Amino acid sequence: MDVKIGLECHAQLLTKSKLFCSCSTDYHDSKPNTHVCATCLGLPGALPVVNERAIRYGMKVALALGCEVQEEIIFYRKNYYYPDLPRGFQITQYDFPIAFNGLVRIESGGGDGGKEREIRITRVHMEEDPGRLVYIGTIDTAKYSLVDYNRSGMPLVEIVTEPDLKSPKEARIFLGKLRSTLEYLGVFDGDLEGAMRVDANISLEGGDRAEVKNISSYKGVERALSFEITRQKNLLRRGLKIQQETRHYDETRGITLSMRTKEFEHDYRYFPEPDLVRIRISDRIEEIKREIPELPDEKKKRFTSQYSITTEHANSLTYDINIADFYEEVASKIDMKLSATWIADVLKGELNYRSISMREASKRISTADFVAILRYLKDGVITERGATEIMREMLDRGGVKPEEIIKSKGLASIGSEEIEGAIDKVIKENEGAVEDYKVGKKEALNFLVGQVMKHTRGRAEPKEVRRLLVGKIESEF
Amino acid sequence: MGMKKKLTAIDVVEEIKSGDISCEELILEIYERIERSELNCFITLNKENALEEAIEVDKRRSGEECRRKKLLGVPIAIKDSISTRGIQTTCASKILTGYVPPYDATVIEALKKEGAIIIGKTNMDEFCMGSSTETSYYGPTRNPHDLDRVPGGSSGGSAAAISAGETVLALGSDTGGSIRCPASFCGIAGLKPTYGLVSRYGLIAYANSLEQIGPMASNVTDTALLLEVLSAKDERDSTQVKTKNNASTNYCLSWLNGKRSGNGGEGVGVEVEVKGMKIGVPKEFIEGVSPEVEKSVWNAVHKLEDSGAIYEEISMRDLKYALAAYYIIAMSEASSNLARFDGLRYGLRTGKDEDWHTTFSRIRGEGFGEEVKRRIILGTYALSAGYYGTYYLKALKVRTLIKNEFEDALKTHDILAMPTMPFVAFKLGERIKDPLSLYLADVNTVSINLAGVPSISVPCGFSNGLPIGLQLVGKHFEEDEILKAAFVYEQTFL
Repeated sequence: MDVKIGLECHAQLLTKSKLFCSCSTDYHDSKPNTHVCATCLGLPGALPVVNERAIRYGMKVALALGCEVQEEIIFYRKNYYYPDLPRGFQITQYDFPIAFNGLVRIESGGGDGGKEREIRITRVHMEEDPGRLVYIGTIDTAKYSLVDYNRSGMPLVEIVTEPDLKSPKEARIFLGKLRSTLEYLGVFDGDLEGAMRVDANISLEGGDRAEVKNISSYKGVERALSFEITRQKNLLRRGLKIQQETRHYDETRGITLSMRTKEFEHDYRYFPEPDLVRIRISDRIEEIKREIPELPDEKKKRFTSQYSITTEHANSLTYDINIADFYEEVASKIDMKLSATWIADVLKGELNYRSISMREASKRISTADFVAILRYLKDGVITERGATEIMREMLDRGGVKPEEIIKSKGLASIGSEEIEGAIDKVIKENEGAVEDYKVGKKEALNFLVGQVMKHTRGRAEPKEVRRLLVGKIESEF
Repeated sequence: MGMKKKLTAIDVVEEIKSGDISCEELILEIYERIERSELNCFITLNKENALEEAIEVDKRRSGEECRRKKLLGVPIAIKDSISTRGIQTTCASKILTGYVPPYDATVIEALKKEGAIIIGKTNMDEFCMGSSTETSYYGPTRNPHDLDRVPGGSSGGSAAAISAGETVLALGSDTGGSIRCPASFCGIAGLKPTYGLVSRYGLIAYANSLEQIGPMASNVTDTALLLEVLSAKDERDSTQVKTKNNASTNYCLSWLNGKRSGNGGEGVGVEVEVKGMKIGVPKEFIEGVSPEVEKSVWNAVHKLEDSGAIYEEISMRDLKYALAAYYIIAMSEASSNLARFDGLRYGLRTGKDEDWHTTFSRIRGEGFGEEVKRRIILGTYALSAGYYGTYYLKALKVRTLIKNEFEDALKTHDILAMPTMPFVAFKLGERIKDPLSLYLADVNTVSINLAGVPSISVPCGFSNGLPIGLQLVGKHFEEDEILKAAFVYEQTFL
């Protein structure tokens, strides 16, 4: 059955101050209601003043997504009542947004070079974030809601797609691409809590669309959409009609719940914000175009040709701008294929396992450290296992150098004499296994290699051990 | 009510600087008058602070810093729609009971910088919605010329206070006539600046795209002096027009000063005159006004002619939809502006807290008066899906037509002259039950706000002892022209 998904993605922009006042945006570790002023609290008489840098960031995003940036922009009021909205309206855009008609290419198979798909961008506009409701305990058990206005007035760029996405997986891939692009532009940090929030419109062939609000994690998108598609399919299977409605995504339970049906839809009574004037932006387009750096697709292409690495590696290395930069730095000092393998396959895995970002990780393991580790490996000073061990130790402890770890953990590889000694010992202690191997049980060899590794405490290369072990056993025939 | 010659701001500043009068005594006298008054001009008084500041002024009056202050020691009353740090600001609404702003409006900062002393916050129509000061939660203000009559509105408290000597200067705000109407009814001067001249930062919004804070005073010179202080540039109001320098009002004041005292100031020797000034008198603004009003206004026009101005009767066609367009725009904006008053963060909080919708609905139900609710409902309707094009967009088109109409008329004329109000102050309770008749009273003032042009109301006669106002309208940012004409006329009137 045909599924159509359109996304409205809201991304917080990394400006120093909020969209309409001079309050700092660096509130994530602050006490509630400490980053507020008359304007973002909506006190009577206080007026908004547009943050010019936020507009520039918004334009940068629009241009990077291939949109047509407009001549002039106008801010509108979107009127509705909610406790986190201190003025009773949100200042956003309606007619005259920053841009229309963009295009994003995604690989629908994920990073493995699957089919390329084009996702059309309907529009890009700016708006302010509301505050945030906070509950003591959970939303169900709390006696009351508390409101934190630190977030009120944060600059958001909203990116709206056409319903071109065909599966929850595609939606996730699209969001990944979007995040990657925004981070390349230096206007967004996807690691900040709530930095990206998504509303999704989903319809199945022959049904009305449902809007799912409040999806606030990358994983949540796929889960919410899968749940919603199953729900809609079940309705259709039972011969029921899918209603046009707005649904809420419950992150903890992974389900969507009906918020309101069509007849209770809000009438937002949009009208131009009379406290702001229209802003001419077309004169800045050329200047901002020049500020746009190399984007993920171009970088990927360059990586495969410049460093002769596989598309998979190029994909993996270019997703996160910080990893791409890390790689380029390392590859300029040492074997670029070896670097690609160790960053894309090993380091990234270790980062994922620890849920830390490259930006975080680079404070503990510098490119110079990384080059040093690879050099020790190439020179045979340490084994692959030793190299991995050093990386883990550095990521977990921080503030230590590879040399110290080699010394303290005794990771220096051992010579072939020592290996051969260990092999002799193992053959003597495991006659049964040696016999098994001799009569053709190949698995027995793995066991024997393992035993040798144990005796050498991992300081020997398994391949080398295997070669020597086989030679030894066969020479005894 | 004794209509003795009032103290002017220019006199007060001069006499305080020279030590001829004590600021403390002046302020005490003002408060004595307020405390004896039956007019109900003030919602909140600022007596303790004002007296402290006055004593400070007396101490420092001869210091270098004080000598430069343009409003040193001048008592000023502030309309309660303007935010004052540390002083309750209610907009005459129950819903803002106890709200004390943590910041000063830009105009208040400017006044403080120039040494003015804030007497208190004046009564007004609730959220500026009215032309009689009768919709105030704090009860109506009375007209000093006849206690049974309204002072006009919405800045009724400010106008009545000046008229009765309860202050020397006052601030008003004018969305559709709220400075000029009470100025007319109370026999004082009041100016609505060009939209974009004075910062609105700190003005509690009724209809943002129409309103301006403006000066109110007992004479034209004081009005010009106060306007000069108010028009300070402010980065916090994006709708303030920044490219225009405000030299015109400086110029105006200096020649008024020079003329008056005959010494000092760069304006010495500049003649204040209207010789050759072209005045247009649009007949649509005169048709239908009361005969005494019509007579007084023509009289005033002839006086200006005697001083060398040339007048011509003109016609402005597209004005008949002005009132409808004005109310649609004002109410639409108001319905959105007033959404923030939910009792959650400040202001009225009554009863026990229930769920969000129940609680804020109850607080708004109790906190807003009838007229405010009427306008919120009408404005909400005008902006709703399906009606937006019929009402709001149509009103904006009318607004453009009216703006063009004024620009055309002012291409061939330097200023326009007309009555401020079609009649003199009416009786308390006479119109309040019939909102439409009250709306109709604004017919001569609202189109000026739609066009965004400046306009001053000055007294031009009496009808049965009640003041009549002459309204002079100028080109965008040419406040000096209407001030000049008003000043020349004032000299013949005194």
